[in-house]
Amino acid sequence: MTSGRTVFEVDPEAIGPSAELKRSRNSRQRAPWWLWAGALALVAPIGISILALLVRGLGATDAAWATLFSFRTVQLIGRSFALTALVTVTATIIGVGGAWVLARTDIGFKRLWGVSFAMPLVIPSYVLAMVIVSASGPRGLFADLVGIQLPFVSGLVGAWLTLSLATYPYVFLITAAAIGRIDPALEEAARGLGASPSRVFRTVIVPQLRPAIGAGALLAALYTLSDFGAVSLMRFDAFTRVIYAQYSGRLDRTPAIILSIVLILIAGVIIAAEQRTRGKGTVFTSKPSRPPSVHRLAGTQRVLSVGAISIVVAFGTLFPIAALIGWIVRGANNGADISVPWKAIGGSLTGGTLAAITAVVFTVPIVVLVVRYASRRTVLLERSVFVGFSLPHITVAIAVVAFTITWAGPVYQTLGMLVVVYAAMFLAQSVSAARASLAQIDPAIEEASRSLGRGPFATLLAVTVPLMRRGLLAGGALVFVTTLKELPATLLLSPPGFSTLAVRIWSSADELLYARAATSSLILIAVSVLPLYYLSIKPREVVD
Amino acid sequence: MAVPLISVEGVHVSFGDTNALTNLTLDVPAGGLLALVGPSGCGKTTALRVIAGFQDVDAGSVSIRGRQVLGPSVNVAPEKRNVGMVFQDYALFPHISVAENVGYGISGSDRVARVAEVLDLVGLNGYESRFPHELSGGEQQRVALARALAPSPDVVLLDEPFSNLDAPQRERMRRELKATIRSAGVTAVLVTHDQAEALAIADVIAVMRKGSIRQVGRPDEVYRSPVDPWVAGFLGDAILLQGTIEHGAISTSVGSIDTDIADGSSAIVMIRPEWISPSVVDQGQGTVVDTEFYGHDQRVEIELMDGDKVEALVPSLRAISVGDSVDLEILDAVVFPQLVP
Repeated sequence: MTSGRTVFEVDPEAIGPSAELKRSRNSRQRAPWWLWAGALALVAPIGISILALLVRGLGATDAAWATLFSFRTVQLIGRSFALTALVTVTATIIGVGGAWVLARTDIGFKRLWGVSFAMPLVIPSYVLAMVIVSASGPRGLFADLVGIQLPFVSGLVGAWLTLSLATYPYVFLITAAAIGRIDPALEEAARGLGASPSRVFRTVIVPQLRPAIGAGALLAALYTLSDFGAVSLMRFDAFTRVIYAQYSGRLDRTPAIILSIVLILIAGVIIAAEQRTRGKGTVFTSKPSRPPSVHRLAGTQRVLSVGAISIVVAFGTLFPIAALIGWIVRGANNGADISVPWKAIGGSLTGGTLAAITAVVFTVPIVVLVVRYASRRTVLLERSVFVGFSLPHITVAIAVVAFTITWAGPVYQTLGMLVVVYAAMFLAQSVSAARASLAQIDPAIEEASRSLGRGPFATLLAVTVPLMRRGLLAGGALVFVTTLKELPATLLLSPPGFSTLAVRIWSSADELLYARAATSSLILIAVSVLPLYYLSIKPREVVD
Repeated sequence: MAVPLISVEGVHVSFGDTNALTNLTLDVPAGGLLALVGPSGCGKTTALRVIAGFQDVDAGSVSIRGRQVLGPSVNVAPEKRNVGMVFQDYALFPHISVAENVGYGISGSDRVARVAEVLDLVGLNGYESRFPHELSGGEQQRVALARALAPSPDVVLLDEPFSNLDAPQRERMRRELKATIRSAGVTAVLVTHDQAEALAIADVIAVMRKGSIRQVGRPDEVYRSPVDPWVAGFLGDAILLQGTIEHGAISTSVGSIDTDIADGSSAIVMIRPEWISPSVVDQGQGTVVDTEFYGHDQRVEIELMDGDKVEALVPSLRAISVGDSVDLEILDAVVFPQLVP
C-alpha cells in the first residue's frame, strides 16, 4: 500500500508570489467613482469634441460634401498618399538598414553612431524643413558658404527628404530593439540543421523582425500624414496644409471641417493597424541568453556601411546643426535679428510646464484604473488616450475650435484651453511612462496601507504617487518636450499675444527670416534635450 | 463555547469559472494563533483576504468581535476593520523609514512612544531610521509584524509569513513570532501550505481543501484523529490499508484492528509509520527490505506475507537491518468507514 508522503506534496510553482499577485489583481473591488471622474476629466472633453466633429460632418450640407468629391480633393488625397508612401518606404530602408548594421556588425563606435543616428528625434520637422529650404537654391546658405549652387529643394521632393529624415529614427529604434530580442540560439539551431546564411535570414530573422518593422513603418506613415510644419514650409499641399489654409483664409469653416474628418478617417485606419501590431513585437520575450554573433565586415562592405551611415548622420544631424549655426553667424554679420526671443521662450516654458503638470495629474487616475482595476472599460480608456495621441494635431485643434465656439465660447483661445488640449494630446506619453512604474509596485503595499487604516484616496497620496514618482517625472518630461515642439494646435488655439518658440520658428521661416528662425531653433533643441538627458530617458521611450 | 473573535459563515468566492471558496465557515477563538493550512490553490489566502476586506464575495458573512463587517448589505472597508495584516512579501513601504513604516497606522501624541514600544517587542530598537531595503529578510518580517501590531488590531492576519526565509532562519522566526504574538496578547490567523509549520506553531489548526474547511482542532488532535484519509495524508505520512469489518474488528495485512463500525461494511485503516513498532523475531509477519537511518530515528520498509509493503518509523536505538524477520505491533490506528462511491 502507499504512504501519504508523495501523494500530497505541494506544487512549488503554484505558491510563488506571482500566483498570489495575480489573484490580488483579479480580485479587486469596484474602482472608487472619483478615479473615473479624474480619468475622464481630460479625455472626455477632447473625445466629445472629436465625436461632435464627426457628427457635424454627417449633418453638413450636400454642397459641403460636394467639395469632398471634387477633383481637387481627390488630387489632395492622392498627393498625401504619394508623400506618405515615399516617406514610409525611405524611412523603413534607412531605419532597418541602420539598425541591422549597428546591431549586428563590427562597425565600431556603436554608441556614438547609435546616438547620432537617433538624433533627428529631437529636431522638429519644421526645423529640418527650414534648414533644407534655406540651404538650397541659388541664394541659399550652401551657395553662400561653399560657392556651389544646389537646386532649390521644395514641394514633394523637399517634403519627402525632410520627413524621411524626421521619421527614420522611429523605425530604427523599434527595429533595433527587436533585433536585440532575437535569441542567437535560433539562428544557430537553423545553421546546425543545414540552412545557408541567406535561408536563415529569410526564414528565421525576417519573421521575427516583421512585426517591429511593420510597427515602425506605420508610425512613420502616421507621422507623415499628421505633419504640418514640414509640408507647409515646403509649400507642398498635403492635407494638413490645405486644412490650415482653408481654416485661416475663410470665414466658412465647413471645408476645413470636412477635410479634417477625411483626414481623421484615413489616420484612423493607420492607427487601427498600428494598434494591432502593438505588442506583437514582444512575442519573443525570452531574454537572449547572450549577445548575438557579430558579422565581420569585409573591406568593401565596411566602406559601404560606414559611408551610408555617415551620409544619413550628416544629413539628419550634423548638417542641420551646422546650418543653424551658419545662419546665426551670417545673421550677426548682416545685422539680422538674432536676439534672444524671451517672449517666445516664456510662452514655450509656460505652455510646456503647465501641460506637463496637467498631464501628470490626470495620468495618475488613468494609470491606477488601467493597472489596478483592469476591465474592458479601462482598456477602452487606455485606447482612447492613445488614439488622441495619434490623431493629427491639426484635426484635434479644428475639432476643439468647432466645439468650443459652439458650446463653450468663453474658453475659446484661452491659455487654459490650450494647456488642456496639449495635455490631452500628449497624455499617452505620461500614461505609458507611469504605467510601467505602477506595474512594478506590488499591490500588497497599497493593501498594507488600507489595513493600517488609510482610505483609498489617502493611500493614493501617501503610497502610490510617491512610489510612482520616477515614472511620473519621466512622463512629465516627455510631455514637456513634445509640447515645446507642437505647432498646428498652438497656431489654431493660442490666446492672442501668446507665442512659442515653435510658432516663432515657423513664422520666421515662412517670412524667410532664417537667422531669426535659427536662433529660436537652437534654443528649442537645447531646451528639449536637457530634460531628456537629465532624466536619462532613452530614445526608445520617446517613441513609445 | 465563548463568542468567537472572528466568525466566517458560508462564504462563496469565485474567479470566473473556478470556485476559490465554497461555503467556507470558520470560527476563530479569541487569543492564540490559528493556522489555516492546506495545499496550494485551496483558497486559504483568499479566505484571509476576505477577512481583511480585500476580496469581494459572492455570498456569506464575516463578523469581527460581534460586529458584522461583511454581509448581504454590509461591506466594511479594509481600513475600518481594525485588522492587521502581514503580507507574504511584507509589503513594507520602500520610500519611508522603519519608524515611519511602523507608525503609519497610528496617530496621536503617543505615536513615538508606541512605535518604540512595538519595535522593542520585535527586538528592533535602534532601527528607526533605517530603510526597508537595508534590512535582512528576517528584519523586514519583524518590521512588518511591528507595523501590523502598532495600531492594536483585533486580530493579525499573516499570509505565508515564512515563505521568503531560508530554512534555518525560518525555524528561528517561527519561535520568535509565536513569542511576540503571545506577549502582545493578540489573536493571530496564519496561512501556510507547510503542514509541519502549522503543527509546530499553532494553538488551533484549520485544514482547508478545495475552498472549504475539512477539520479544525488542536494540532495533536487533528494529527492523531483526522476526519478522513485526505486530512491524514496531508498532515503527515499515512499508511492506508483496506479491509472488511467482521466481529467488531477489521482484518488487514498488518493484523486485526478493533472498531465500532458495523460488521460487513468495508473500511480504510490509517496508520502513521511511527505507530508501527517492529520487533525482530525468528518467523515474523514480514521481512525488512530497506532502511534509511536519519540519526534521530530510522525508516524501515517491511514487506508483508501478501506482498504489501509498509513503512515504520523506529527509534534509532533499536537495532534492525535488511533481511531481519519482524513482527509488527500496532500502537494506534484510525479506521475510516469507506464511502460507497
